Amino acid sequence: MTLTDRQQLSYIASQAADARLNVELETEGMTLNIGPQHPATHGTLRIIARLDGEQVVWAEPVAGYMHRGYEKLTEVRTFPQVTSLINRIDWLGSFANEVPFILAAEKLMEIEAPPRAQVIRTILFELSRIANVSLFLGDLGVQMGAITPVFLAFRDREYILNLIEGATGGRFHPNFDRIGGLKDDLPKGWIQETKGAVKKLEEFCDTIDDLLFGNEIFQSRMRGIGVIPADIAKDYGLSGANARASGIDWDLRRDQDLPLSYDLADWKVWTHPDGDSWARCWIRLQETRESCKIVGQLLDQIPAGPVMTKVPRIIKVPEGEAWVATENPLGEMGYYVVSKGGLGPFRVKIRSASFNNISIVPWALKGVYVPDIITILASLYFILGDIDR
Amino acid sequence: MAQLSDDTQTPQGDTAPAALPGDGLREGIVDTLRNDIGEALLDTLLKPNDDLWVRVSTESWLATGQALKAAGFTYFCFLSAIDWMPSPFGNSQDDPDDEPKQIDMTIKQGYTGGETRMQVFARLTDIDRHVGITVKADVADDNQVVDSWSQLFAGANWHERECHEMFGIGFNNHPDLRNMYLPGDFEGYPLKKDFPLLARMVKPWPGIVDVEPMPDFEEAADAPAAEAPAGAIEGAES
Amino acid sequence: MLAQLAAEFPGWYPEWNIPYWLMSILRVVGGLVAVLLPAGGIVYIFLFKMMSFMQSRLGPMEAGPYGSMQLLAEVGKWMQKEDLAPDNADVRIYKMAPLIVLLSTFLLVVVVPFGPQAYFTNFETGIFYALAVASISVLGILIAGWSSANKYSLLGGLRAGGQLIAYELPMVLATLGVVIQAGSMNLNRIVEVQNTGEIFGIGLIGNPFVITQFIGFLIFMIAVQAELTQSPFDMPIAESELVSGYMTEYSGFRFLIFFIAEFATAGVFGFIASVLFLGGWGVPFTWFGWEGISDVAWWMNFVGPLIMFTKMFALVGVIMWVRFSYPRFREDQLQTFAWKVLIPLALANTAATAILKVVF
Repeated sequence: MTLTDRQQLSYIASQAADARLNVELETEGMTLNIGPQHPATHGTLRIIARLDGEQVVWAEPVAGYMHRGYEKLTEVRTFPQVTSLINRIDWLGSFANEVPFILAAEKLMEIEAPPRAQVIRTILFELSRIANVSLFLGDLGVQMGAITPVFLAFRDREYILNLIEGATGGRFHPNFDRIGGLKDDLPKGWIQETKGAVKKLEEFCDTIDDLLFGNEIFQSRMRGIGVIPADIAKDYGLSGANARASGIDWDLRRDQDLPLSYDLADWKVWTHPDGDSWARCWIRLQETRESCKIVGQLLDQIPAGPVMTKVPRIIKVPEGEAWVATENPLGEMGYYVVSKGGLGPFRVKIRSASFNNISIVPWALKGVYVPDIITILASLYFILGDIDR
Repeated sequence: MAQLSDDTQTPQGDTAPAALPGDGLREGIVDTLRNDIGEALLDTLLKPNDDLWVRVSTESWLATGQALKAAGFTYFCFLSAIDWMPSPFGNSQDDPDDEPKQIDMTIKQGYTGGETRMQVFARLTDIDRHVGITVKADVADDNQVVDSWSQLFAGANWHERECHEMFGIGFNNHPDLRNMYLPGDFEGYPLKKDFPLLARMVKPWPGIVDVEPMPDFEEAADAPAAEAPAGAIEGAES
Repeated sequence: MLAQLAAEFPGWYPEWNIPYWLMSILRVVGGLVAVLLPAGGIVYIFLFKMMSFMQSRLGPMEAGPYGSMQLLAEVGKWMQKEDLAPDNADVRIYKMAPLIVLLSTFLLVVVVPFGPQAYFTNFETGIFYALAVASISVLGILIAGWSSANKYSLLGGLRAGGQLIAYELPMVLATLGVVIQAGSMNLNRIVEVQNTGEIFGIGLIGNPFVITQFIGFLIFMIAVQAELTQSPFDMPIAESELVSGYMTEYSGFRFLIFFIAEFATAGVFGFIASVLFLGGWGVPFTWFGWEGISDVAWWMNFVGPLIMFTKMFALVGVIMWVRFSYPRFREDQLQTFAWKVLIPLALANTAATAILKVVF
C-alpha cells in the first residue's frame, strides 16, 4: 500500500516518539476523543485520535451511535413501506435514497415507470443532490471558521426545499417515489418556479466559488491535504465525488443503464487528478453546477403522459435478487434486494456511500495535524445516517 | 507535496455515456474466473443485459477475490451475508388474534443456489469495463468462518466487522473483529432470521388496525374484514 | 485627570477642588466606561448587526428597538447560569483565569490618552508599558487551558500561548518604527508629533503615522488580529476543532468575563492603534493654531474621547470584517506567517525607518 511522504514521515516520527516514551518516559502521547458530541462531526461520529503534539499518530472512527437497524426493519415491512424508512438514511437528500430501492423493486417486478415519471424522478433526484451538496458547500466554511457561507447555503437551499415540498409535500422526507412511478404529478407552475430557483442556485455556486474557493487561506488549508491516490480509493470503495477527485472517471449516472433520464441532458462528469481535500470539494461544487444544468434541461423535456404505470393494488414482488445502485449525493448508494415472492423483502443489504467513504479515515488521518482532521473529514463528506443506517 | 494541478488543466470526463457491457463481456469474465479458480466455481447466473452472479466454494473465497482483482475488478463495493432461513416470526405484520400461520421453514437459497443456511456475498466492480459481479460463497453451518478479504481490499475491513457483528460469521486473518454498531457485550446476531425483533414482540404492528376491506379488490371481498381490537397485546406476548 | 483639568482651567470649574477619593472613583468609572462601552458597542454593532447583514439575516430584533437591548438580555442570561467547574479542575486558578484576562484589559486602558489632559496616567514609557501588560492575558489563557482539565482546553491554551508570543514580536517591532519616528515612547507625545507634523511642508492633515509607517500599520493590525484570536487567527478557540478552546469548560459569568475581555481588548487595541497610527485624540493642531500640546484648548478633553471612539470603531470594524469573511489558518501556517513573513518585514521596516530618521 503506497503511503504519501507525509504519512511516512509521521510514521517515523511516531516510532521515534514511542521509542522516546519507552526509554526516557519523557513524552507522552495524548488520546483525543473527537465526538460523539463535537461540532466538527455534525452528528454522532466519534473519532479517537492519538496525538503526538498536534500530529495524529493513529486515528480510528467509531460509528454506531445512531444505528437504527434498517436492514432488519425492512424485513418486517412491505415493499411500499420500506421507502419511508430509507428516506432517513441520507437525510439531506432524502428523495435520492428512495430511487435505487424502487428501481430494484421494479427490476424484480419487470416493470418500468412511464417516461414522464422517469424524467420527474431524475429532476427530483438532482434537486435533492443540490439540496444536499449546497449545504456541504456552506458547511465547508464553518469547518474552517468562516461562518458566512453556511448562512448563504441555508438561504439558497430553502428554494430547493420549497420546490421539493411543493412537488412532494415533504421538505425533508418526501416519500414520493412509488413502485411503478410517482405518487402524484407535478403541481401547476412548478416547472416555471424551478427554473428560477435553479438560476439562484447557480448564482449561489458562483458566490461560493468566489467566497470560499477563491480564498487563499482556504486553498492553503485544502490543497495537498489528505491526498488519496486512485488505487487506495478503489480499495476502500470510495465513491462519488471522493473517487472522482482521485481521478477515477466513474459516475453511475453515466456509466450504467437505468431507467433514469440522464441521457436526455447534456452534462459533464468532472474529475480532478489531485485527490486532495481541495479536489473533493471542488468536484462537489462542479457537480452542483452540473445538477443545476441537468435540472434546467430536463424541465423542458418532461413528456406528457401518466406518472404511474399499472401495478396491482397489493404489491407482491416476484422471487429473485436485484442490485441497483445510483449516484447519490454522497456517492454510490445501492440496494441488494432479495425477495421471496412475498409482500416484503426477504433481505435488503443497504450499501451506503458514507460507510465506505469514512472507512478510509484511519488511513487518511495518519500523520496529519489536528486542524486537518476537520478539513479531511469535511471534504470526505459523510452523513451520520448514511454511515450507521 | 507533489505538484498540484491547476484548475484549468482539470480533465473532464466524457459527456456521452460509455458503452455498456454486453453479455459477451460477462461470459468472458466467467470464463476467466473458471480458468483461475477451476472447480471452485460452483455455479453462475447471467441475467441477460442485467447482472452476473457467481457462487464459489468456501475455501476459494479468498482466491476468488484475488482472481477477480487481478482480472480488473479493483473497485470494492460491499460485502455482506444472507441468512436464508425463513424467519420463524413471520413478517410480524399479522393480527395477533388470528390463527398463527403455518410458516414453511424450508431453507431455499436464491440465485446460484447453495447448500448452507448462511452465505456471504460481495460485489466488485470493474470501473474500466463498467461491469459488476456478485460473488457468493456458502458458510458452513457448523463452522461459520470464511477467509477475510481485508488484506485484499482495505475497504472490506469494516464490512466484515459489520457482517461479523450482524451474522456471527468469523473471518480468518481479519485484524480487528470488534463490534461496529452494537455495544461490546451485546449477545446475539441481530440480522439472523431467528433473532426476534423485540419491538414487534412487545407491541404488534400498529398498521394492522388500518386494514379495511377495499371494494375494488377481489380478495378483499372474500376475506372477512379484519377488525383487530386496538389493545390486542395479550396475543403478542406469547 | 479632573484634578489636572481643574488646575489647568480654573475658570471652567472654579470651585472644584477634587478630593483624592472622588478622583479615584472618577478614574474607576472612567476606566469601566473605556472598557465596557467599546465592548458593548462592538458586540452590538459588529457581532450582532454587521455579521447578520453580511450573512443576509437580521440578527437580534426582539429585545429593544432593533435588538439593541439584546446584549443586556444575554448578560442577564449568563449571570443566571450556574458557575460550573469540572471535577478534576484546579478550581482556584480555574476561577481566577478569566479575571486575569480581563485585568490585562483594564491595565492596558490605563495608558491610553483620550485628550490633552484626559488620561488615567501619563507614563513616559507608555507604549512599552502597554506592550508589556498586553501579554499578561497569555497567562490567563494558559491558566484557563491548563486548569480546565480538558484536552481541548489544553490544546487551545497551548495554541494561544504559542500564537500570542509569536505575534507579540511583530507587534513590538511594528511599534518600534513609530517610536523611532516620534522620538518618544509617551503616547501623548506620539499624538502631538503626529498632529503637529507636516508632510512635505503641508501641515493640513498633520502627519499621521499611518502614511509613513504604512507597513508598520499593516503588521500591527495583523498582529492585533492574532493577539485578539480573531479569525483567521482564531485557532485557540477554533470552534470546529477544539469545541471552544481554552473556554470550553467555562460557563455563566466566567464565560461572560472572557467574552467581555475579548471584545474590550479589541476596543483597547483599537484605541492604541489609533493613537499610534491615526493621530489619536487630536485634530491637526494647525487648524486651530496650536503650537504644541500645552496650547490645546480645554474642550479637546471632551471632543478627544469622541474622536478616539470613532477611530477605534473604524479600526475594530476592519478587524471584525476580516473575522467574518475569512476561514482560519492552520497552526503551523500561522507560526510560519509570523516568523517568516511578519517579523523579517517588521525588522526591515524598523531598519528603514531608523535610516531615514538619521538621513532626514
